[in-house]
Amino acid sequence: MSPLIDLLPGDDATVMAVNGDLPLRQRLAALGLRPGRPLRLIRRGALAGPLHLRLGTTDIILRRHHAHAIVVQR
Amino acid sequence: MKRVALVGMPNTGKSTFFNRVTGASARVGNWPGVTVDLFASRVLLGGAMVELVDLPGIYDLDGTADDERVVQGFLANADLDLITIITAAPQIDRQLPLVLRLSALGIPAVLLLNMADEARRLGIRVDVAALERELGIPVALMSAKRGDGHAAAMALLARGVMAGDGARRADLAAAPDNEIQDRDVARIMAAAVDVPAQLPPGVTDRVDRVLLHPLLGLPLFFVMMFVVFQGVFTLGKPLQDGLTWLFELTRTQALSPALAPLPEVVRGFLLDGVWAGVSTVATFVPLVVLFFLFMALVEDTGYLSRAAFLTDALMARLGLDGRSFVMVLLGFGCNVPAAMGTRIMRSRALRLLTLLIVPFSLCSARLQVFVFLAAALFAPAQGAWVLFALYLASFAAAMLTALIFRGRYRNDEPFVLELPPYRLPTLRQVVLRAWHEVRHFLRRATRFIIAGVVLVWLLTNLPAGVAPGGPDTFAGMLGRLAEPLLAPIGIDTQLTVALIFGFVAKEILIGAFAVIFGAEGQALSTTLAAQIDTVQAISFMLFTLIYTPCLSMIATLRSESRSARFTLLSVGWSLLLAWLVSFAFYQSARALGY
Repeated sequence: MSPLIDLLPGDDATVMAVNGDLPLRQRLAALGLRPGRPLRLIRRGALAGPLHLRLGTTDIILRRHHAHAIVVQR
Repeated sequence: MKRVALVGMPNTGKSTFFNRVTGASARVGNWPGVTVDLFASRVLLGGAMVELVDLPGIYDLDGTADDERVVQGFLANADLDLITIITAAPQIDRQLPLVLRLSALGIPAVLLLNMADEARRLGIRVDVAALERELGIPVALMSAKRGDGHAAAMALLARGVMAGDGARRADLAAAPDNEIQDRDVARIMAAAVDVPAQLPPGVTDRVDRVLLHPLLGLPLFFVMMFVVFQGVFTLGKPLQDGLTWLFELTRTQALSPALAPLPEVVRGFLLDGVWAGVSTVATFVPLVVLFFLFMALVEDTGYLSRAAFLTDALMARLGLDGRSFVMVLLGFGCNVPAAMGTRIMRSRALRLLTLLIVPFSLCSARLQVFVFLAAALFAPAQGAWVLFALYLASFAAAMLTALIFRGRYRNDEPFVLELPPYRLPTLRQVVLRAWHEVRHFLRRATRFIIAGVVLVWLLTNLPAGVAPGGPDTFAGMLGRLAEPLLAPIGIDTQLTVALIFGFVAKEILIGAFAVIFGAEGQALSTTLAAQIDTVQAISFMLFTLIYTPCLSMIATLRSESRSARFTLLSVGWSLLLAWLVSFAFYQSARALGY
């Protein structure tokens, strides 16, 4: 178990828990990021920029401080 | 009239479908319980006229984002005959929960699975009959962009509308329980949708590897912005000049002679007030059209969210996101379309903060004035440095404003954006977008701009019988009144009158100088050089850079924010900042002995 932020580009993982406030959890769930789902970290933005994730057929970007709220299992 | 609402998540092609159905006929309408513009249009469905309303994309029916509140407000206040749910077929698994919620509102619903062609390419197979059985509502596959399945989709809508027994209000409380819903989604997916375990790698991945490259990404972004910028403004400038010429020709050849019998004041009012106002509006039209032709390209291809990815590291600290940065950059051509472009941002706080900083972008109209003044008052080598410093001041004013106001316009929506695959927009999509935007601009801004131009004309020409732009006009009186305020920044009465003219548009400032100082061309440059020194000139340029760019911009701020208070804040803040910056510069330059 590790925070999402620790993944490296190309890493596959399974979402274990999504913490954070309700609007964030709702938005992530709507985009397919919810416990039990697989994800892949595609790339990390330069200069502490956002993370680029792949969730099934959906690609999303999210700011790093949101990524601290997500726990994954590699 | 029967009413049908289009509902779905963002990036499902909902508006593309709406545009395909309604074409150029869609109108912006006001709705009870809703504070933003919604597009609506009357369409013929199954032999009856039906009102079709395009609601903003939502992720969640209970969500707290601005757009989600809009949809909640609409559903709570409008009677509907049918809800048309649009989903992206490739993402059906994650969109099914919203479909389940929308179909449980107590209003008849149909489901359109858009982007069927993309789903097919990804190897995703949908069993429409099984999906209909599981969901209990009619389902059709289509591609709104290419038009595949369009007729069948429309037939589905028509049947849905005809089968209904009267409009009713949505029951927003009738939500299925979360756990039951998750089970339902799993069951429906198993019964009706076949997703391959391994998705084929796409073109998008390969393009992203270059465009989102850690080192190349940002330089490529700036190149891309430069191309858009050049595209809009090198094409726009001649069109703008052509229109100006045409309006001037109409004025001198037709209107002037026709109005000759009228008293001079009335003629001046009609020609320099009303007609000048109309031509001011008209000169923005080519820019707005071109801007949105290019914006639609950048947005519909999916590059805009990539731009947000690339620039977010810098923008997040200012309380903005990368899309704000794109607008600020394009504002260096013209602020007006850049401000209209902020509509792509869904959070109101973020939009308002961006609208607050866009007016500080040193637009081409202001550049003309600065080039003229720099040439008149500075040696060429110095002049270049003055221009460069003004660009820096422009960025600094925007950043400072963002830092000061980011607390007031705090964007609480989580920064989570979809990166759609790269897609080629259709010509129809791009042209419709530009058409809608220019109509929006004309409708919302025309009256305001004409009224403003007329007002400035009255100020600079009345009372009757005085020299236009002279010290005895109302503007001259205002200038004397403002003297205690503007003398400490080196701006005298004549320059104050010029600033009042400058409210209309910066393009007319040089013409206003000619009127005020009674000289033209080289003689005007010489007169200016004799009357104001370089410190005054820089102070004046700083003030001109920072205070309200033009009337058209005020009109646009008002129509985009839909708030007179916000517009006043923007105008008031820019005047205050302009004064403070000019004061700091002028007084320290004088203190240093310049």
